[in-house]
Amino acid sequence: MMISLRHTVATLGIVGLFLLFGPSRAIAADGPVTAPSTSSIEQALTQLTSEDESIRDAAIRVLISQGDAGLVPRLEGIRASASRSIRQAIKPLMDLLKNRAKLASPDSDARRSAATDLGSSGNPSAIPWLDAAKVNESNKWVRYTMEESSALIKLASDDPSTKLAAAEKLGELRSGNAVPALKALVEAGAVAEATEQQKVLAKVAEAAIDRIETWGDWANAIETIFRGISLSSILLIMSLGLAIVFGLMGVINMAHGELMMVGAYATFVTQQCFTAWFPPDVFDWYFPVALPVAFLAAAGSGFLLEATVIRFLYGRPLETMLATWGVSLVLMQAARVYFGDLTAVVAPGPLRGGAQVLVGVYLPYNRIFIIALSIVCVLGIYFALFKSNLGLRVRAVTQNRNMSACLGIPTRKVDSYTFAFGSGLAGIAGWVLTMVGNVDPGLGQNYIVDAFMVVVTGGVGKLAGTIVASLGIGGLNKLIEPGLGAVYGKVFILVMVILFLQWRPSGLFAMKGRDAD
Amino acid sequence: MATDEPNEASPVEPGGTAESEAGPSRRELLVKGGKVVAGIGVAALLGNLGNWALSYAADKEPIKIGILHSLSGTMAISEVSLRDTVMMAVEEINAKGGVMGRMIKPVIVDPASNWDLFAEKAKQLLFQDKVSVTFGCWTSVSRKSVLPVFEKNNGLLFYPVQYEGEECSRNVFYTGAAPNQQAVPAVDYLMSKEGGGFTKFYLLGTDYVYPRTTNKILRAMLLAKKVPADKIMEEYTPFHHQDYQTIVGKLKKFAAGGGAAVISTINGDSNVPFYKEFANQGLRAEDAPIMAFSVAEDELRGMDTSALVGHLAAWNYYQSVDTPQNKQFVANFKAYCKKNNLPDGDKRVTDDPIEAAYFGVYIWKQAVEKAGGTEVDKVRKAVYGSKFMAPGGEIMMDAANHHTYRPVLIGEILADGQFKVVSRSPGLVKPEPWSEFTNPDKGCDWVGHQGTYQK
Repeated sequence: MMISLRHTVATLGIVGLFLLFGPSRAIAADGPVTAPSTSSIEQALTQLTSEDESIRDAAIRVLISQGDAGLVPRLEGIRASASRSIRQAIKPLMDLLKNRAKLASPDSDARRSAATDLGSSGNPSAIPWLDAAKVNESNKWVRYTMEESSALIKLASDDPSTKLAAAEKLGELRSGNAVPALKALVEAGAVAEATEQQKVLAKVAEAAIDRIETWGDWANAIETIFRGISLSSILLIMSLGLAIVFGLMGVINMAHGELMMVGAYATFVTQQCFTAWFPPDVFDWYFPVALPVAFLAAAGSGFLLEATVIRFLYGRPLETMLATWGVSLVLMQAARVYFGDLTAVVAPGPLRGGAQVLVGVYLPYNRIFIIALSIVCVLGIYFALFKSNLGLRVRAVTQNRNMSACLGIPTRKVDSYTFAFGSGLAGIAGWVLTMVGNVDPGLGQNYIVDAFMVVVTGGVGKLAGTIVASLGIGGLNKLIEPGLGAVYGKVFILVMVILFLQWRPSGLFAMKGRDAD
Repeated sequence: MATDEPNEASPVEPGGTAESEAGPSRRELLVKGGKVVAGIGVAALLGNLGNWALSYAADKEPIKIGILHSLSGTMAISEVSLRDTVMMAVEEINAKGGVMGRMIKPVIVDPASNWDLFAEKAKQLLFQDKVSVTFGCWTSVSRKSVLPVFEKNNGLLFYPVQYEGEECSRNVFYTGAAPNQQAVPAVDYLMSKEGGGFTKFYLLGTDYVYPRTTNKILRAMLLAKKVPADKIMEEYTPFHHQDYQTIVGKLKKFAAGGGAAVISTINGDSNVPFYKEFANQGLRAEDAPIMAFSVAEDELRGMDTSALVGHLAAWNYYQSVDTPQNKQFVANFKAYCKKNNLPDGDKRVTDDPIEAAYFGVYIWKQAVEKAGGTEVDKVRKAVYGSKFMAPGGEIMMDAANHHTYRPVLIGEILADGQFKVVSRSPGLVKPEPWSEFTNPDKGCDWVGHQGTYQK
């Protein structure tokens, strides 16, 4: 079973790496620039402020066909002093010219966003620009957007044959953006007085919608699976530390969430150090550097907590719970007082945005990263617990403390290291959660209940149980959320967990044998 | 309580066993101790009396005001700024000679983001500290919690935050926006040609009274404006919700084809994960702008704004409002935070609730001066219709409904966490606590009627 797991892990890792670095950044393509005839542009510019709408429209047409982005500052000047109706007329013109210039931008995101804007502007003069830019476009998804936008504008044209071709093209592209317009065509064909042409068009549109929606269902299914895995990986990463502290050592540490918070604040502090002391171009490196910082900060806090509070309370779960809860309140208020609320962690460049893998399927980089990290963590813990000397001692002490002590294992030290290790894992969770949410004193409280839920459902003391439980809870949550909504989805999950624990009180993977209590 | 165990509690008559063990020496000691304690007590009492007599003679007894904002717990991040603002206003007023020659003495209590504790602390302020007025509350649930306390005991509360309306209390002055001064004009703007002419609306909020009521009003308004029901989506998330994957996925589908806008009443720490997920799934402000009612400069300080640029918010004031008195106000606030070593010092920013909390203190001061005393009934009458030159421009208290005339500003979020004003109401907007869309037959009037009445 371990081998097959490792196989899956490896494949997932490779897929993750591919998604991170696969799509190459496109090289700038210079769009054709026509030499404008200066005099007609000047004339059009003066006509723009005319109160007569027909003159104004003619001037705008001239500017669209002959102008370029260089006119934008001048238009801005005209707009600032113009009346409201003129301002509203100039705005789309400026947007068109700006977006046309952006089609040749070196940044693929800018090109893509310009193509989308031109598509939604619905201005037919953008068709040749898009078609020309498409030829030289090297990025697959930017090209896709250009084709889609061009077809969307064509779909709104008056010529039936162009419309027909556009509808077919959009169906081929499986463009979700086209559905409202296509539906309008279908409706137009369904009324009694529809012409033959409209009926043909409606038929084609219907086929296109069908195609788009079938694909949409698939895309949705893929995204739902990804979301489930992503939520599961977050749950897993939070629960791993708890699985060790609570699962193996039996300590109910209510301050575990606050150890995550320590990790998150350590990340923030590292980021602040980088902005203060290092040049901006190495800024993104703060994130990898923050990993050991967060681990050590949380492990250190955990070590202190164990040495000063918890070691006196072993075997007294109620007192431990109360004492650690008190500690968690103290830590929270301390963070609030010391850090205030200026604690934004800026995601490093490579983890911002997402990768489009298929039409309509967008996988955010930060989530892919978290999935990969959770796998790495599980492997790390597996090796630490089952393949290392320290892990052997930990397991020995967990199973039979007195016997271990007789055999010369320093149980006190092992307790202390194990607790620090579990706390360090909480720090890693805090580190990575800064990519999803924000850093605030309540961070731990948001996650601690879920973490306990996962560990208890999985079966206390079983690593495999924690993994399966987080996959189950995360997956189920994402499966039912689209239907029930976030609030009732959460209620449903809680009810399911309660019922499950009625049925199997010791969780998915119960401890068997004599040492189970 | 002492009656249960008089022997142990009384120092003069120690229990029999103690006496037999310790002997007369202990008894002596206890008697001596008792005398000393009594002496100190009498001295203190005399001193206090003298102090009180002196201040009474000079007629300079300070006016006590209460500050009821959470200084710990989840709401502290927002509410601490309001305490600082009220303290700054008090300091300014005291530096200029106080109110009618009397200093203002603030009594600060910490309800710790705990709704029950809000009511308890309000009682403490009214009965124990006997404050003349209280400035406080942020969340609607905290306001609802203290409402009966102020109403039953005829206290006076200035509430500085925009809220969902549907309330008309004789003992509260609302200096933040009513729904028709924030939510309704914001959606009006989105539907206008200038605002983008949006036709589909996704109402997304945290699951509690403010978003639910606001969205109820907005839905009624959209339906009244002939937006078909299938073009309106409404969705809620629990408090502290962190996983917005599914919702953003739904939103993406909803926004396909253009013309969609998001109306966000998401509260507090859920905003960051939402905006991050929105950007990471490839959505842009141009595809579907998010119009937020709970994101102001103070909240933006704690966020990575790169994912928020270009989205919108609706408020009645921004730090970027370009008036001389606002520049002065912002500078004063930063200087005040720095001088008093408050967290983040001069990096602090002002926002709508901060401005509302600030001018609330001045409105009260004007009213006290006009009324010639701090009696709640007189002050209340003096507040009606009073005007004040607030940092964002002149504002006016309504003549009867306890709310405030304010301008409505739509702002676009900039990379530095400030707002660019993209639309501004022509003048001040009259506050309507009962929305014309959900409660067209109700009105609020404490002069011609007894509060809420049927039109």
